[in-house]
Amino acid sequence: MNLNFLAKAAAVSAAVLAMTSGSAFAQATAQPFTIQIDGSSTVFPLSEAVAEGFQRQTQGRVRVTVGESGTGGGFRKFCRGEIHISGASRPIRTSEMATCAAAGIQYVEIPVAFDGLTVVVNPSNPIRSMTVAELRRIWEPAAQGRVTNYRQVNPSFPDMAMQLYGAGSASGTFDYFTEAVNGTARASRTDYTPTEDDNVTVQGVANNAGGLGYFGLAYYEENRSRLCGLAIDNGNGPVEPSVANVTNGTYAPLSRPIFIYVNAAALRRPQVAQFVQHYVNNAGASAARVGYVPLPAAAYATYLQRAQRRQVGTAFGGRQAIGITIEQLIARRLVMTPTSSD
Amino acid sequence: MTVSAEPAQDITAHPKGLKFRRFKDASFVLWGVIATFVGLGSLAALVGQLVHDGGHRLTLDFLMSFPSSDPAEAGIISAWVGSILVILTTAFIAIPVGVLAGIYLEEYAPKNIVTSAIEIAVNNLAGVPSIIFGLLAVGLFVQAFALGQTILTAGLTLALLILPVVIVTTREAVRSVPQEMRQAALAVGATRWQATQHHVLPYALPGVVTGVIIGISRAIGETAPLILIGGLTFVAFLPITRPGDSKFEVIGAVDEYGAPVTPEASESVRIAQDGVVVLPDYSEMPVRAGQVVDLPHGSTVQSVADWGDAVASWSPTSWLGSEFTVMPIQMFNWTSRPQAEFLEIAAAAGIVLLAITLLLNGMAIWLRYRLRKSIKW
Repeated sequence: MNLNFLAKAAAVSAAVLAMTSGSAFAQATAQPFTIQIDGSSTVFPLSEAVAEGFQRQTQGRVRVTVGESGTGGGFRKFCRGEIHISGASRPIRTSEMATCAAAGIQYVEIPVAFDGLTVVVNPSNPIRSMTVAELRRIWEPAAQGRVTNYRQVNPSFPDMAMQLYGAGSASGTFDYFTEAVNGTARASRTDYTPTEDDNVTVQGVANNAGGLGYFGLAYYEENRSRLCGLAIDNGNGPVEPSVANVTNGTYAPLSRPIFIYVNAAALRRPQVAQFVQHYVNNAGASAARVGYVPLPAAAYATYLQRAQRRQVGTAFGGRQAIGITIEQLIARRLVMTPTSSD
Repeated sequence: MTVSAEPAQDITAHPKGLKFRRFKDASFVLWGVIATFVGLGSLAALVGQLVHDGGHRLTLDFLMSFPSSDPAEAGIISAWVGSILVILTTAFIAIPVGVLAGIYLEEYAPKNIVTSAIEIAVNNLAGVPSIIFGLLAVGLFVQAFALGQTILTAGLTLALLILPVVIVTTREAVRSVPQEMRQAALAVGATRWQATQHHVLPYALPGVVTGVIIGISRAIGETAPLILIGGLTFVAFLPITRPGDSKFEVIGAVDEYGAPVTPEASESVRIAQDGVVVLPDYSEMPVRAGQVVDLPHGSTVQSVADWGDAVASWSPTSWLGSEFTVMPIQMFNWTSRPQAEFLEIAAAAGIVLLAITLLLNGMAIWLRYRLRKSIKW
């Protein structure tokens, strides 16, 4: 081993590098067509399952990649035209609609499943249900540092200190929960343990008698033995968090649709059109498998048509809709400009 | 010369405080051993935990399968291939650039305010959080240079990240070569490059290799900057495989935009040229020009020729322009999934990542050993 060997190695690597970087630039436009999906980590398991099935059925001739840079991160890439499909655990926001409009990007909004947010407590906690008002008393910004014991929420609750776990502020789950419970999106007390990893909440609530947290139904279904999901009373009596109650629309206001947004121009490509068709046709089965709640068959038929006709726009006008049923959602008009908040 | 008149000291007598000094000596050994075992012990605990959680999932199938939404079928082939390709790219860029910069700064650069500024900057860069490099890479490589979210971008980003480490250790290694070596070479008429090439570098190499090992080991575990530049989570193809040699091209029924017709209901279509009809269940039906076929709801009509856009231009290095995932990103995803089985395969992936790191380090240590053996002062 001497320097000659290393000099040669260096020369070879330099040559390889020059060759590779040269051809890499040439290749930039000449890659095989890849359908690029990014966005919400909530939607990720569903997109992954669908993409997997699609690649199997097309025998790998169309490549599909799925990233998870979050609902907001996904829309940033989507509105720059960097990806074809963005997964979202909340509807597109007014500001994101403006960014997309400025870049000339139109989108087809497709709800693909329901997710039920579940409020969980430790099994040793005797509380089995809460009203939305009680949840607000716990989570509203005014509760910060003040509401620390279950008895302060309702005198019939046990005298026990609360330990709160919740979603990090970058997630669509945080946006939805705060709006559904506190009335204003992103308004929440901040003296709780925030996390983007729902398994942290599972651990925290399972190991603390006074623990209380919220996350998607899938995490509750997987951890039923260690956690207790609270029935939510929205004025019509307590409703258990379950697939059946999310499907029939009674688990309100904590069930929400999750979406994919498809670039309308990309949808003209047969690969993308075929993938979206596959997505809508298989979302129901895949949703059940990865822990979400399928939409009714009629809804999928409607959304398949929407994709095929490339009907652009959002049914939300830039604002979240709390506790909306799928029938109400289908009946809404699609718009490309934000609805004025009145 | 007379012997000084000091009284002879009894060197066998215990001087004052000797016991305490011996105690200090012994306790240093004790604390040293404890400190060593804190490191070794936590590594052993970590590996033990990983093996306990994921050892039983570590099969050949796991290594050779693509990720899947079914944890029983999921594997890490796209992740470990991606990790290795990204690390190779990183090494190809960071090693030559870092070593050259280190040598220049130590052997050639005049000692002035500019060099001092560069030195301070390099030392500080070594402590910058990796996510900052990710932010830089998004702006520079992904957007300004339009390299996309590719292996090349990832390699460049990680190369930037480990450059300071490589530069600093190269400089230290070069500095440790005795000044006399250079002076002797220069005295017999060698140029500065000859002195560096024949005398300084061979002796500095083991130190340089150590720096490279540290840098590469840091790069392979990085997640944050790669997620930022668009490292993906689900990639079910290998960047090095040849893409399918067929292409979607609509030749039959198209609408007014040139998009393929996906009939709302069963429709009769006259086929424009030889091709294939893809039926809603993805089975294919070859068709010939002029043929009239009934297309069921959801069919598309495509040419039979080729699907991938880039058949002819595939090259042995096109992987640099490919999308990618890496081991830490795959693990990160699996640890945040609700199903406990995903936590098991995340642990199994952790074992593989440790093994890859160990393998790379082993190679570097072997190389350093061979280089050291060739040194004859």
